[in-house]
Amino acid sequence: MTGISLDRRTVLTGLGAAAAMTGLSPAALGQTKANLVVIGGGFGGATAAKFLKLFLPSSSVTLIEPNETYYACPFSNLVIGGGREMSAQAFTLDRLRGYGVDIVRARAEAVDGAARTVTLSDGSTLSWDRLVMSPGIDMRWGALEGYDEAATEAMPHAWKAGTQTTLLRHQLEAMEDGGLVVMSAPAAPFRCPPGPYERASLIANYLKTYKPNSKLLLLDAKDSFSKQPLFQQAWAERYPDHLEWRGASDFGRVVRVDPQAMTVFTEFDEIQADVANIIPPQKAGAIADAAGVADQTGWCPIDGLAFESTLVPGIHVLGDATIAAPMPKSAFSANLQAKVCAAQIARLMAGREPQASVLANTCYSYIADDAAVSITGVYTNDGGALTNVEGAGGLSPMDGGPAVREAEAAQAAAWFRTITAEAFG
Amino acid sequence: MTIRISAPDTASKGEVIELKAMIQHKMETGYRRDSRGDVVARDVITRFECRYNGELVFASDFHPGIAANPFLSFHTRATESGTLDFTWTDQDGQSWSETHELTVE
Repeated sequence: MTGISLDRRTVLTGLGAAAAMTGLSPAALGQTKANLVVIGGGFGGATAAKFLKLFLPSSSVTLIEPNETYYACPFSNLVIGGGREMSAQAFTLDRLRGYGVDIVRARAEAVDGAARTVTLSDGSTLSWDRLVMSPGIDMRWGALEGYDEAATEAMPHAWKAGTQTTLLRHQLEAMEDGGLVVMSAPAAPFRCPPGPYERASLIANYLKTYKPNSKLLLLDAKDSFSKQPLFQQAWAERYPDHLEWRGASDFGRVVRVDPQAMTVFTEFDEIQADVANIIPPQKAGAIADAAGVADQTGWCPIDGLAFESTLVPGIHVLGDATIAAPMPKSAFSANLQAKVCAAQIARLMAGREPQASVLANTCYSYIADDAAVSITGVYTNDGGALTNVEGAGGLSPMDGGPAVREAEAAQAAAWFRTITAEAFG
Repeated sequence: MTIRISAPDTASKGEVIELKAMIQHKMETGYRRDSRGDVVARDVITRFECRYNGELVFASDFHPGIAANPFLSFHTRATESGTLDFTWTDQDGQSWSETHELTVE
């Protein structure tokens, strides 16, 4: 593939990561014997492990993940809104064993990029020829004054799915009618750009239905956000009395919290919350910093062609931890980056150069339990940097009636089944 | 023009107090062009002053590089009860003010 050709077939083959595989005979790949290690069993890591083994069947692929159960972030806002059970978010890596992936239940604690080793929490050391890291995010504790790890019990972030998700749900259920729910959204970049606004929609939907005298106040460190016109139209139509968004120029930026007193402070206001959901500033998962692949921003610079770190050769980084803009920090992006990365590693192992491909992302956001909007972007890594393919992708139509929004909700549900089946099935 | 001020209502004599002030203003640089290619006229605040019982305690000159909705945070020493006056003036001489009463004990 040379340059960008935007016919449908090119896009589709790019999405299947097949473009990067052209010119490689199965026999050549089958004979490649390498030690490949993947850190992190989320959407990026699980997908990478599976496709590395599919593309390089003679190589050993080891996936390092400490948690038995993985709770998916996509759709977890529906759990917070009461429209979905937490059990529907739970996945395990067991089926990857059937593909020949070795699963190690331990935490990766140190990475030596020069010696090409990773040291695990059980004391063992693994060596690798190529390392793939998909470490997700960690919170920047203290970056928002008063918000540390202990504060998450009183004021959950629920920005990693699991116990924080159910805690926030239980707090909403326990709140008396007439209460004030306060959310705080951070400045970019952060995991799931439309996520705070989907969550606000679904909490407002719950309040309107079950606690109609209550209100949600969404305080924002920004003045603009993903799918803003679509969200604001939905809020005006559906939740005019239950959701208020206050942007940075309307004095909405949260500068301090007091979890004991349940107060949230902006530069000018002190707000008493009954339930507070604080989404704090974030950075790449801690192991990225330990491995030396995160820069001073806290995120990981990568070459867009093979998702190889620009700081430590031989280490590839995927998903939320990367600086991959304009690709957003999403499960969709992580999954597709993993497939492209696996294909490029197969090329590199066969002594070939990485090849440009076309990537895409769709973020669905629910605006009610049965209604959704979406944004789609199409990207190319031709030349090494990820860039938008102008004119491709798009947004849900404004003024889309209930039938359009319900159809997108059905598409979103189908997407979730598909991506989880591919990553974990 | 919405203005927000954050200042204590009371302070002890000699105490250093924090004052915060923000005005909603687009701070149009004069360098941007609209969708027809026409230059968008410059519209910026050029001066901010804070006076404490008439005495100038903080001032700032603004230029087109200052972002929209300029936010200032600064300190002064509480000396006597009185009025804090916050005034913004734009390039055309138009001004906006807000006051805050401070009681010093």
